[in-house]
Amino acid sequence: MRTGEIASWGGTITDIGPMYPFVGWEMVLTLVLLVFWVGWHVLQLRTESREYREDEERLRNKEVMTRVLDREG
Amino acid sequence: MNELPASLNVIFTEFYYWVTVVIMFLIHVGFCMYEVGASRRKNHMHTLMKNTMVIPVVTVTFFLFGWWIYFALPNGPGITGGLTAAPFAQPWSELMGTHMGGKPHSAALTETDTATWARLNGVFWAAFLLFSWTTASIVSGALIERVRSGAFWLMAALVGSVLWITDASWGWHPAGWMVQKLGYHDAYASGVVHAIAGGFTLGVLLILGPRIGKFRQDGTPRNINPQNPWLVTIGLFLIYTGFWGFYAACNIPIWDIQAGDGVFYSATNIYLAPTSLSAITFNFLMALSGGLLTMYVVSKGDAFWSYSGGLAGVIAASAGNDLYHPIQALLIGAIVPVVAYKLHYWVERRFKVDDAVGAVAVHGYCGFLGVCVAGVLLWGYPSSPTEGYAVTTPWGNFIGAVIMFWVLGFVPGLIFARVLNAFGLLRIPRAVELAGLDVNTEIQREEEAREIKQSVREEARSLGIAA
Repeated sequence: MRTGEIASWGGTITDIGPMYPFVGWEMVLTLVLLVFWVGWHVLQLRTESREYREDEERLRNKEVMTRVLDREG
Repeated sequence: MNELPASLNVIFTEFYYWVTVVIMFLIHVGFCMYEVGASRRKNHMHTLMKNTMVIPVVTVTFFLFGWWIYFALPNGPGITGGLTAAPFAQPWSELMGTHMGGKPHSAALTETDTATWARLNGVFWAAFLLFSWTTASIVSGALIERVRSGAFWLMAALVGSVLWITDASWGWHPAGWMVQKLGYHDAYASGVVHAIAGGFTLGVLLILGPRIGKFRQDGTPRNINPQNPWLVTIGLFLIYTGFWGFYAACNIPIWDIQAGDGVFYSATNIYLAPTSLSAITFNFLMALSGGLLTMYVVSKGDAFWSYSGGLAGVIAASAGNDLYHPIQALLIGAIVPVVAYKLHYWVERRFKVDDAVGAVAVHGYCGFLGVCVAGVLLWGYPSSPTEGYAVTTPWGNFIGAVIMFWVLGFVPGLIFARVLNAFGLLRIPRAVELAGLDVNTEIQREEEAREIKQSVREEARSLGIAA
């Protein structure tokens, strides 16, 4: 089995083009990256909103808020 | 790559840009240190991570579309022509990966494409990518202590991988329509990087609003001083250092500049017009000195503004630093930051804008004014070695500065911030802002420490060595 197009380094170097494995799958890789990027933002925004809701909930406790504000720096 | 002189040229150029990228990495390290130093202790981790994550977010988006935009949009499109074909810069191109430069696998590429780009695409891409990080990082500092990270990272993708690279395609690409039609000259990116980032920041700040406590009831501003001035100064020194790499990366190291018959190899600016590393080294240091000298006096020895003044001096002179005399560079670097400093405080009082690190002044106003000054001092110079392009003029560069700061910077920043705000994604909740943006981690750590202490006590009790 071979994942790339290079079988030997002994041939004519000027014949060598792309060197990475799975040449021809670049469009699929690009789509994977696009989904990964968009998905990361969606996940991050959701997580961030949830954390802020939890923080606000905690900070409604006056004792916690006072303790935190006492450390103001 | 089978003739030694030609191969050496390619391999030297590849290595040259690679080195500039490594040096420019220090800009980002500097921005991170600077921002953390300028923020209060309760916001340190949030501030650090907000800027650190610019690196992956902008890198991914610059791979996906930023690099292609630079080569595809020099005509506008619709101003001097349509979209320009750039198959080597599409994210699915084989030239966006490991390549020996031989026969192309894809029918979209020619053998000339592969021979030209195989060894240069990655390092050129990275040099421009580092400019992109810088552009996004400039925005970051001004917004500290109240912007949501998620909102900022979307802004970073927009300004770092769409807006600035569009203006670079228009006013920095050797065939950009602004160069052709306006004679726009901005060799080291006063407008292309700094004015657009400053304009975008100002637009966002107007919607984001000031930090809680920044303004008194009567509207006068309070100083929220840097928590760690040493980190701020080291950060700014690192930005100065990285700026050397930035200047070198804006040049082409070896290019035949002789028109017609004959050959003459020289460094060129980004427009392929002659300059030298020696010339820009003179001007970089003189502009830096000018800014430091005047801002030290004007700010009455304030370290933050003195250091920022040095940076502002370089930014102000950058548009024409390929051609200025060193004393001209010094004078521009000395005068423009003072104007920007005055503007900073006027805008702060008049519009209640809380720019935590003076980014709009240092980058935006100095970048804008620097482009305008270059239009006057370089009046009549050819904007490009290409015949038929407009010459540099005060009005051409002024229009260019307006496009950079207002059209591609301020307006998109204002609109995008409004949209994020409408979805409740822009600003940290007030209670969290008051408590500190690291409150989540700190409370968790406190609880964990309490639990550990409890378990240690219990263990000691079980051994009979504690009551």
